[in-house]
Amino acid sequence: MRSIRAAAAGAVTLSLALAATACGGGSATGGGSNDSPKTLTYWASNQGASIEVDKKVLQPELDKFEKQTGIKVKLEVVPWSDLLNRILTATTSGQGPDVLNIGNTWSASLQATGALLPWDAKNFGKIGGRDRFVDSALGSTGAEGEDPAAVPLYSMSYALYYNKKMFADAGISKPPATWDELVADGKKLSKDGKWALGMEGSNPSENIHHAFVFAKQHGADFFTADGKPDFTSDGTVAAVKQYVDLMAEDKVIAPGNAEYAQNQSVSDFAKGKTAMLLWQSASANLASQGMSEDDYGIAPVPVQSGAPGTGKQVNSMVAGINLAVFKNTDNTDGATKFVKFMTSDAEQKILNKAYSTIPPVKSAQSDAAFATPATTVLKDTLANSAVALPQVADESQFETAVGTAIKGLFADAAAGRPVTTGSVKAALEKAQQQMPAA
Amino acid sequence: MTTTAQAERPAVRKSPPGAARGPRRRTGRIHRVGLPYLLLLPALLLELLVHLVPMVIGIVMSFKELTQFYIRDWGAAPWSALDNYKVSVDFDAPVGEALLHSFLVTVAFTLLSVGLCWLTGTAAAVFMQDTFRGRGLLRALFLVPYALPVYAAVITWVFMFQHDNGLVNHVLHDQLGLTDKPSFWLIGDNSFVALLTVSVWKGWPFAFLIVMAGLQNIPRELYEAAALDGAGVWQQIRRITLPSLRPVNQVLVLVLFLWTFNDFNTPFVLFGRTAPEAADLISVHIYQASFVTWNFGTGSAMSVLLLLFLLLVTGGHLVLTSRGRRSAS
Repeated sequence: MRSIRAAAAGAVTLSLALAATACGGGSATGGGSNDSPKTLTYWASNQGASIEVDKKVLQPELDKFEKQTGIKVKLEVVPWSDLLNRILTATTSGQGPDVLNIGNTWSASLQATGALLPWDAKNFGKIGGRDRFVDSALGSTGAEGEDPAAVPLYSMSYALYYNKKMFADAGISKPPATWDELVADGKKLSKDGKWALGMEGSNPSENIHHAFVFAKQHGADFFTADGKPDFTSDGTVAAVKQYVDLMAEDKVIAPGNAEYAQNQSVSDFAKGKTAMLLWQSASANLASQGMSEDDYGIAPVPVQSGAPGTGKQVNSMVAGINLAVFKNTDNTDGATKFVKFMTSDAEQKILNKAYSTIPPVKSAQSDAAFATPATTVLKDTLANSAVALPQVADESQFETAVGTAIKGLFADAAAGRPVTTGSVKAALEKAQQQMPAA
Repeated sequence: MTTTAQAERPAVRKSPPGAARGPRRRTGRIHRVGLPYLLLLPALLLELLVHLVPMVIGIVMSFKELTQFYIRDWGAAPWSALDNYKVSVDFDAPVGEALLHSFLVTVAFTLLSVGLCWLTGTAAAVFMQDTFRGRGLLRALFLVPYALPVYAAVITWVFMFQHDNGLVNHVLHDQLGLTDKPSFWLIGDNSFVALLTVSVWKGWPFAFLIVMAGLQNIPRELYEAAALDGAGVWQQIRRITLPSLRPVNQVLVLVLFLWTFNDFNTPFVLFGRTAPEAADLISVHIYQASFVTWNFGTGSAMSVLLLLFLLLVTGGHLVLTSRGRRSAS
């Protein structure tokens, strides 16, 4: 009898405990606090060749920060494929990191969730003021007219990487400055199993970056001035067609690239299988794959005619990583201090050197490390001829819808099916219909 | 599952011997009757917590306009009544049309995959029924795809299906010369074939395992008697093996159907976030509708529709099979 009573008591206790935990699961959705001033959690994006590389780069800096402030930073490097989902989950549950890296193109979308601390004048004041940052980088931190949802951390731009030896062998003296020149050079380079250009046809984001720049060069935009999707104008259709035609019509891209999505095009370039690559800050990645810096040159991405500049002469998106603070952090002061530390001149120099990116902090750019021929191209592009992707709340949906449509067009091109103005327009039409109605 | 439920039912009806009358006895009876329920309570609560609550929340979500603007505070998301469902089943509009297409692809894929899994598994099990040297080894080998972690197995297939350096193109094109030029398996229309191949490769060992277990229960005498009466191998299979396997097959096909229909890992690892249209399975499609476009309300509505469909299929299957069993007995 006693054992039965014990079992009954146990059952009741367990039930109560379960009920209690089930009810206690909710979390505060309010603002931040300073309840745990001695620790921070930091989600870093994967910038180096691997997650291990990132840990090696970042850990010494975090130790430095702990020495200065006594705040211990728990580091987690999150791979790109998981980062956005992890942020969404953290937003939904309220259980997230204190400080995190976000792709700068997500700024407006994440800003709309209200999960990130807005950087108003007061908050900017705590990290040395808004003026410390480069304008083009600030242009990719949230919707226009609102306080930025994040501050720039690393800046990147697209550039044309070309294999010097393959160019010399084909008798080409200088890198192409216009798309016509690129196609003409490409026809000389694409032979004997080698191809002129590499790209990632199955990577929606990569497709978007290029399609966006092509659209700019055709004087078109994927969104109207008031933020409505407008994917099917003559300019955007011509832009997407010109991009896909590099494979379909001009045949300077190997058909196999249509299924690339894991940076295989960088490996192909490092191995000398392709002569050109359009990439952001590829130097560190190429070095890790054993390609010497002397073997390749860096030039601005081609334009339709003339030289890179503003308007139709744009030749890159403003690529980069922003640093954001989760609004419901329990260490707001510590998080702000950490942002100040990471955007300080000294740290900016160290980190951007390690990742071969450009510091978005003006005073850090003066360092000699950012005046090499390679970084000068990136720096000039950022300063003169780069435009931020549309800063609208539906940006992530746009990346998926249009990026996937272009993936489908590349699949057609690879299989030898014709890619016409009509088929491009139909694909973009379908993408636009998938966008939220609002 | 139905068999156990039916088997237990009479046991519950049994009233405790010596049912009492007096007040003292009555509290004793409450104790005796109440105790099992009390002991069941933790399991019941856990079941609620792990199974039912998330399902109910999912269903509630499907009636809300849960987009990126509200995910931080679900309570603030406006109720949208049946809007999410209307969007999902409006087959003339792009979202509904895409869902219908994805549904049809999934049905075709599931029927083919389950059919092939069952056929391969049964054939292998029948062939392995007789003892021969190396049978244990072969059995173990056959089970390997089932035992491998899904990700590791499917990523290997991704490498094999690659256009430029994949093994499949190397064999089909370079060595056998069956195709004019290397084919794409991971994009375009061939992706359906690629998906089916991996799914069958991964699923048939389970069918093999279950059918093999079922075969152990068929008495050998039946075959001996049939052989004496002059039945050939084919007739033995048709008249003895398959009818005896019926109950096993009924459960096996249902389980395979549910697994295949809901399979997320295989297409996701094969194709990534955005599956090609020819292989746009419904689970990935719903994932895309909710996570990639950040519209969790519509995603939930689609999930509820999928749940209803699977309930319908499962219910229909159970009714048919139990009726068949009753008329047989």
